[in-house]
Amino acid sequence: MASFESHEHDVLIIGAGGAGLRAAIEAAASGVRVGLVCKSLLGKAHTVMAEGGAAAAMGHVDDRDNWKVHFADTMRGGQYVNNARMAELHAKEAPDRIRELEAWGAVFDRTPDGRILQRNFGGHRYPRLAHVGDRTGLEMIRTLQDHAIHLGIDVHMEVTVIALLKDGARVVGAFAYDRERGRFRVFRARAIVLATGGVGRAFSITSNSWEYTADGQTLAYNAGAALQDMEFVQFHPTGMVWPPSVKGILVTEGVRGEGGVLRNKEGKRFMFGDIPANYKSQTADNEEEGWRYTQGDKNARRPPELLTRDHVARCIMREVRAGRGSPHGGVFLDISWIKERLPNGAEHIRKKLPSMYHQFKQLADIDITKEPMEVGPTTHYIMGGIRVDADSQMTDVPGLFAAGECAVGLHGANRLGGNSLSDLLVFGRRAGKYAAEFAKQQVPGRIDAAEVDGIAKRSLECFERGADGEGPYHVQHDLQTMMQDHVGIVRKESEMQEALVKLIALRKRAEKAGAVGNREYNPAWHTAMDLGNLITISEAITRSAIDRKESRGGHFRDDFPEKDPAAARFNVVVRKGADGAMHLTREPIPPLTKELAQIIEEEK
Amino acid sequence: MATTTALPPTATFRVWRGEGAQAGFQDYTTPISDGMVVLDAVHGIQADQAHDLACRWNCKAGKCGSCSAEIDGKPRLMCMTRLNQLDLTKPVTVEPMRAFPHVRDLVTDVSWNYRVKQRIQKFTPRSPDAPDGTWRMQQADIDRVQEFRKCIECFLCQDTCHVLRDHMKHEEFIGPRFLTYVAALEMHPLDTADRTAELKQADGIGYCNITKCCTTVCPEGIHITDNAIIPLKERVADRFYDPLKALVRLVRGTPAK
Ligand SMILES: Cc1cc2nc3c(=O)[nH]c(=O)nc-3n(C[C@H](O)[C@H](O)[C@H](O)COP(=O)(O)OP(=O)(O)OC[C@H]3O[C@@H](n4cnc5c(N)ncnc54)[C@H](O)[C@@H]3O)c2cc1C
Ligand code: SF4
Ligand code: SF4
Ligand code: FES
Repeated sequence: MASFESHEHDVLIIGAGGAGLRAAIEAAASGVRVGLVCKSLLGKAHTVMAEGGAAAAMGHVDDRDNWKVHFADTMRGGQYVNNARMAELHAKEAPDRIRELEAWGAVFDRTPDGRILQRNFGGHRYPRLAHVGDRTGLEMIRTLQDHAIHLGIDVHMEVTVIALLKDGARVVGAFAYDRERGRFRVFRARAIVLATGGVGRAFSITSNSWEYTADGQTLAYNAGAALQDMEFVQFHPTGMVWPPSVKGILVTEGVRGEGGVLRNKEGKRFMFGDIPANYKSQTADNEEEGWRYTQGDKNARRPPELLTRDHVARCIMREVRAGRGSPHGGVFLDISWIKERLPNGAEHIRKKLPSMYHQFKQLADIDITKEPMEVGPTTHYIMGGIRVDADSQMTDVPGLFAAGECAVGLHGANRLGGNSLSDLLVFGRRAGKYAAEFAKQQVPGRIDAAEVDGIAKRSLECFERGADGEGPYHVQHDLQTMMQDHVGIVRKESEMQEALVKLIALRKRAEKAGAVGNREYNPAWHTAMDLGNLITISEAITRSAIDRKESRGGHFRDDFPEKDPAAARFNVVVRKGADGAMHLTREPIPPLTKELAQIIEEEK
Repeated sequence: MATTTALPPTATFRVWRGEGAQAGFQDYTTPISDGMVVLDAVHGIQADQAHDLACRWNCKAGKCGSCSAEIDGKPRLMCMTRLNQLDLTKPVTVEPMRAFPHVRDLVTDVSWNYRVKQRIQKFTPRSPDAPDGTWRMQQADIDRVQEFRKCIECFLCQDTCHVLRDHMKHEEFIGPRFLTYVAALEMHPLDTADRTAELKQADGIGYCNITKCCTTVCPEGIHITDNAIIPLKERVADRFYDPLKALVRLVRGTPAK
C-alpha cells in the first residue's frame, strides 16, 4: 500500500493563477470548503508575468466602446471559430470583474478624471486594456491572492496533481505529490476545477515557465474529457532574440501600443506593406495617422503594428527569411523614436514600460529609450484546450470544470492581447460558482485504493531506473526542438507526419527516463513525470494541426496558405478512446444566434 | 548595439547542496556563453551534472520573485544576475537565502512570510464615490502605492535584514517586505482601516533601525526604508509619543489616519 496524506474539500481547485484564484474566491464565497493546489508558491503562477493589461469594454478612454464592439473584435480576432456564447459572456462581464478588483485593492493606472485608464492593444478597436504600467498580471494576481487569503481557503503550495480519480463517470478526487518532501496526497472532492494554464514547454522558444507542461489538459484528457482546437497555438510576434539565454522572453505588445514600430534592417516599416483585407478599413495607411492613434486621437486608425498577433508574427518571419532581419535573426522594435515626438519621451517610456526598460537594460545591455530592441516570434499561448460548457465551465466529465488558459472557446483561432486576463476573471468566477453549486448536490464519491496504489507505483518507477535511465532533461529538450521545428509557426503535412513518428520514439524514451537522488525536492523526478503530459499534448497539437487543412489564426500551413470557408464551420476535437489511443473528430460549430450575428455584421 | 564583454568558455560555481547537517558546497565547472545569467548556469549544471539540483524559478525575467539566492554572498535574483557582472576568476558561490529554514540545495522554506501576511489587517475600502459603485483616484495620489505594489515577493529584503537574519526575530518583527505591504495599504487612497497600533506591537516596527540594507537589495528598486518604513515610523511616533497630537485626537474623538 502506498502511503499518502488525505485531504477533503467540497471544491478542489487545481491551479492558483488568475483563473484558479478567482474560482476559489467565488466558491469560498458561496460557503463550501475550498482547497487550492499549485505547483509553485502562491503568487508565482504565470499570471504574474502578464504585462500589457486586461481587456474590458468600460469605455473610459473612448466612450464609443461597449460589449458589442468587444464581442465583435474577439470573434474577428478568433476568425469565427470561437464559442460565440463565451465571447458574449466575456465581453458583457469583463467590466464588472475589473471593477471588482478595484474593490479588493487593485490600483490601476488612472485617467485624468480619476477612473481606470485603458490602453490600445492589437485587434481591439478602442483603448480597452486596464493596466498598471507593464506589470498588470502582478497587480492582478496579488490582488486576488491578498483577497483570497482571508476567506478560509486551504492552500496547498508546491503540490502537483498527477491524476484525477473517478467514481463511475464522475470525478471525485485527485492524486498529487508535494515537492518539498515528495510525499503523496489524495484529495477527495465533490467538484474539481482545472485552472492549470498552458503548454509552452512543449516548444523550445517560449515565453512560458517550467510550470507550463500541459498538466490540466492531460489530466482532463485522461479522465475522458474532450480537447478542442489544439492546433491553435499562439506565437507572439515579439519575444527577445538575444542574448541566447533569454531567447523567447516576452516583449509586451504594450510597446507597440505606446507607439513602438517594427522595422527591418533596411529601416523600413514593413507592416505597412501587408494589411489583410478584413482589417483594411480599420488600419492606418500612413505613419502619421498611426502615431496619432497611439496618442489617443479618436479619428485616427491603428498602425499596422497593432494588427493581430498571428499576422504580425508571420510578417516578421517573412522579413527574416527574406534576409531583411536583424543581426540575431529577428527584426527591430523601436520605441526610442518617440522622443522625436514627445519632449519627455525617455521618461515617458520608463514610466509606461518600466519592466521592459529594466528587462532589456539588465539582460541585454540595451537602453530602450535610446536604441531599438531585436525581437522575433515566441510560443506564447494556446487557444485550444479542455472543452467546457460556456455558461458553467463544466467539461464532458461530471464534476470536472475548467477555466483560464487550459480551457477552450473564447479565443477561437487567435487570442487578442488582454483577452486572457479578463478571461481568467470572467470564467474563473463562473467555474467557481458552478463547481460550488454542483458540489452541494453531491454525496461523497468512492476512491479506489487499488487505483491510487497503481498511480503511486508508476510515478516512482523512474527512481528504479535511476542513473541507468536517460536524463529527463535531455528527452524534454529533444521534444521541444522537434515540436518547434516540425509543428511550429509554419507547418507542413510531411513535417507533421514525421513529428507523429518521432513522438512515438520520444514516448518510449520518456518511459525509460531515470531520476537520480531521492524524493525530496527533486526536479529530475518532477521533469520525468511531466514528460508524459508534454508528449500527449504534443500529439494532440500535431494531429489537430494535420487535420486542419487551411491557414487560420495561429495555425499556418505552408501547404494550405489560404483560409477555407468550409473549415470555419467546425472545430477539431480529440478524445481518448476506449483503446487508449487518441481519436479525432470534426464537430460542427453551432450557428450564431440572430442577435450575435447581427452585431458581427454591424461591427464589420 | 549591445556591448559584450568576452566571457571565458567555462566557469566554476560553488553551489550549496544537500540538506540538514549534511549540506555543504560542491564545485561544478560548466560551459558558459554571452548574456548568460546565474540561473542559466544552474540549469546547465542540473541538465548535465546534477539532475536533482533543487532550485525555484518561474519567469526567468525578474517578474515572479522565485529564484532568490545569495550569489557571492549577496542576496540577488539568479535570473537577473548576469555572469559578466561577476568575478569569474574564482568560483562563484550560490547559496540559499539564509534567513529562512533550509529545505534542500537552493530551496528554503519561506512559508513564514505567507503566515505573516495573513495576520495583517486586510484592505478595507471606503464606500464607492460614484453611484455605479466605482471610485475616483488621481494618478498623483497613487504613485507611491504603485511603487510599493511593484513588489514581487522575492523576500530578498527579508533575507538581508539583520533583525531577521542575525537576530531571528521572526516572531516579533514582520520585516521590510511586510512593512512595505502595510505602507501600501495605509497609503492606499481608498483604505479606511487603521494599522498604527499593530505596526507598533505585532509588526514590531521599532526593531528597524533604518540601516537601509533592505533597500539596497530590492530588485524592484522600491525605496523601502525612505518611502515606506520611515513614514510609518512617523505615524507610530505621532500616535504614541506626541502628547499634543494625542490630546487633539482625544478631543476630536477619532484617530487620525
Ligand atoms: C510573459 C507573458 C505575458 C502575458 N501578458 C498578458 C497580457 O498582458 N494580457 C493578457 O490578457 N494575457 C497575457 N498573457 C497570458 C496570460 O498571462 C495567461 O494566459 C494567464 O495568466 C493564464 O492564467 P491561468 O490562471 O489560466 O493559469 P496560470 O496563471 O498559468 O496558473 C496555472 C496554475 O496552475 C498550477 N498548476 C499547473 N499544473 C498543475 C498541477 N499538475 N498540479 C497543481 N497545480 C498545477 C500552477 O502552479 C499555477 O498555479 C501573458 C503571458 C505571458 C507568458
Ligand atoms: S532598514 Fe530596517 S527593515 Fe531594512 S534592513 Fe535595515 S533594519 Fe531591516
Ligand atoms: S520589497 Fe523588494 S526585496 Fe522585498 S520582497 Fe518585495 S521586491 Fe523583494
Ligand atoms: S525566475 Fe522569476 S524572478 Fe527569477
